[in-house]
Amino acid sequence: MELLVATAVGALTAAGIYMILRLRTFPVIIGTSLISYAVNIFLFASGRLMLDAPPILREGVDVYTDPLPQALVLTAIVISFGMTAVVVMMAVGSYLSAGDDMVNEPVDPAAVQHAASAKRGGGQA
Amino acid sequence: MTHWLVLPIVLPAMLAAFLVLAARYHLLIQRVFSLAGTLVLLGLALGLFWEASDGTVSLYQLGNWAAPFGIVLVADRLSTLMVLITCTLAPLVLLYAIGSGWDNRGRHFHPLFQFQLMGILGAFLTGDAFNLFVFFEVLLIASYGLMIHAGGQRRLRAGTQYVLYNLMGSTLFLFALGTIYAETGTLNMADLAVRVATLDAGDGAGIRVAAVLLLMVFAVKAAILPLHFWLPASYAEAPAPVAALFAIMTKVGAYCIIRFYTLIFPPELEITQGLFDQWLMPAALLTLALGMIGVLGAGRADRMVAFAVIGSMGMLLAAVSVFTPAGISAALYYAIHSTFATAALFLLVDVITSRRSVAEASFDHAPPMRGGAVVAGMFFLAAIAMTGLPPLSGFLGKLLILDAARGTALVWWVWATILGGSLIAVVGFSRAGSQIFWKAHQTFEVTDAEKTGAEDAEANQGATLAANSPLPMVAIGGLLSLIVALTAAAGPVTRYLEVTSDQLFNPKDYIAIVLTTPGKKIKSGDDGHGKGTEPEPRAALAPDETGSEDPAQKDH
Repeated sequence: MELLVATAVGALTAAGIYMILRLRTFPVIIGTSLISYAVNIFLFASGRLMLDAPPILREGVDVYTDPLPQALVLTAIVISFGMTAVVVMMAVGSYLSAGDDMVNEPVDPAAVQHAASAKRGGGQA
Repeated sequence: MTHWLVLPIVLPAMLAAFLVLAARYHLLIQRVFSLAGTLVLLGLALGLFWEASDGTVSLYQLGNWAAPFGIVLVADRLSTLMVLITCTLAPLVLLYAIGSGWDNRGRHFHPLFQFQLMGILGAFLTGDAFNLFVFFEVLLIASYGLMIHAGGQRRLRAGTQYVLYNLMGSTLFLFALGTIYAETGTLNMADLAVRVATLDAGDGAGIRVAAVLLLMVFAVKAAILPLHFWLPASYAEAPAPVAALFAIMTKVGAYCIIRFYTLIFPPELEITQGLFDQWLMPAALLTLALGMIGVLGAGRADRMVAFAVIGSMGMLLAAVSVFTPAGISAALYYAIHSTFATAALFLLVDVITSRRSVAEASFDHAPPMRGGAVVAGMFFLAAIAMTGLPPLSGFLGKLLILDAARGTALVWWVWATILGGSLIAVVGFSRAGSQIFWKAHQTFEVTDAEKTGAEDAEANQGATLAANSPLPMVAIGGLLSLIVALTAAAGPVTRYLEVTSDQLFNPKDYIAIVLTTPGKKIKSGDDGHGKGTEPEPRAALAPDETGSEDPAQKDH
């Protein structure tokens, strides 16, 4: 089982890093999601892998699994879910205002000029 | 146990919720409550600072659960100092935001500002590594909102990069925490310090990986060289008051490095030997060089200040990586100074941008601005402070760092980089000042027609930008006078910082107070939770877990 979990963490991280290095926001967000899955499994395994062991005390059981990593994973899942939602919204906003979904900054001087004037004006978001 | 210690976290949280739910459409109420809240926070911070100033370490156990099972907040000299810096910066930045009308250019500025404060103060006060991660996320998610406040294409693009970069940083943080938990079985900082010290140096590979991962996470926050790429665009594009508040965010990274590597991985620990003198020091020096070259190379004033932030973080981390009490106290002095100096510069650049009729923050030619003399004088003062010329605090901070670096192996590299970097920064800031303030008169004073044209443009802008309000200048003046006060009171301040770093290098008190303070008594068990140093956490945790989880079990 250790091999299976370790391979899953490794494969998810590798795929996530590959996606993060892409130029468009959509694959990059998929990449961050993959890496957050990887880190969730990793956190889960950090309390040692146990089969058929309850995390909470009950009568007549001697072997327990560590409950703390499960609480940590729960927190991490909630946070990464919220963060992914935020980044999706910002990527959509960036796509709608710039007209493309590239991650890097626009380089053509016209866009820079336009943005420089937009910076002061702002506008109600 | 007093509850004062948790108030700096609870107050902004409640206030933010109140503002977003009850005062959503009332800008005036939001402004009044937000400003009042930060002033109360300042009072609280002063109280906590005073309480910790005689060396007491105060502890707050959340829910009265004893460490290492419960989450604790710890206030020692370093934490309360950082809290005080944040709470001094916050009202001034808020004054600027109100006076310049920035808070009215998008929704929810004030609630996000309060949530940001909650995250920063929580990160400074917490004594638990996972709780630190949670507070990092709180401050980050608030900063995402603040970063794209008022919208705009470039800002959204820079904001997306900022969020993606920090998402990676958070994931890295979780990997580091998982590794630490797997190696030691705890995430309480004081408990970690005890357990890491007992680890066998022979099989310390796991904990060494964790130490390096943690250092990388904090280096992302502190914008150290290979991990600094998020900073220039996001700080330059962020609204000015937000960028000024972000001046404290890079210090959160520096604070965490100081806290973790004095408490948990102290310099004498064999497992993490060489982390600072071989890795962090060269990285910090390269950061310093890059920041200062960036100051010279930037084509816009806001980007120039963003690079000055990177340079100052390099300087700060160079002092930290000396890792002696003298180095840490020099770093802390420089941290106080650079927080106020960069905040003042970000606000000044915004004043310049709003008052120039054309060209905004770029170094292109533009007609002289209205009230240019005052702005120029303030810019001059702030630039002197930032580049570290005498007589202001930047110079004193730099002297302290140069002095602290004397005993290290890389002393000539440190001296050459700091002094050379300062020279480049002086040239960069002089260029900015002369392009924006002097060249304007040389180029444009001759043509009256253009002058009137410029005044028309200013009149148009004045209506929207509330340029007539005195509050922005009060805020910047306040920051500059803090820098002057820091210079004038350098003696007492450095003496206090010396005892602060002494406390950091003798963490016995900190560990003892966190681990031996008894917590809640469990009704069924006879063992006190207070004996926290016992190696079997799960045995002691057991009675409560049965009590609370019983109903869930019956469902199965």
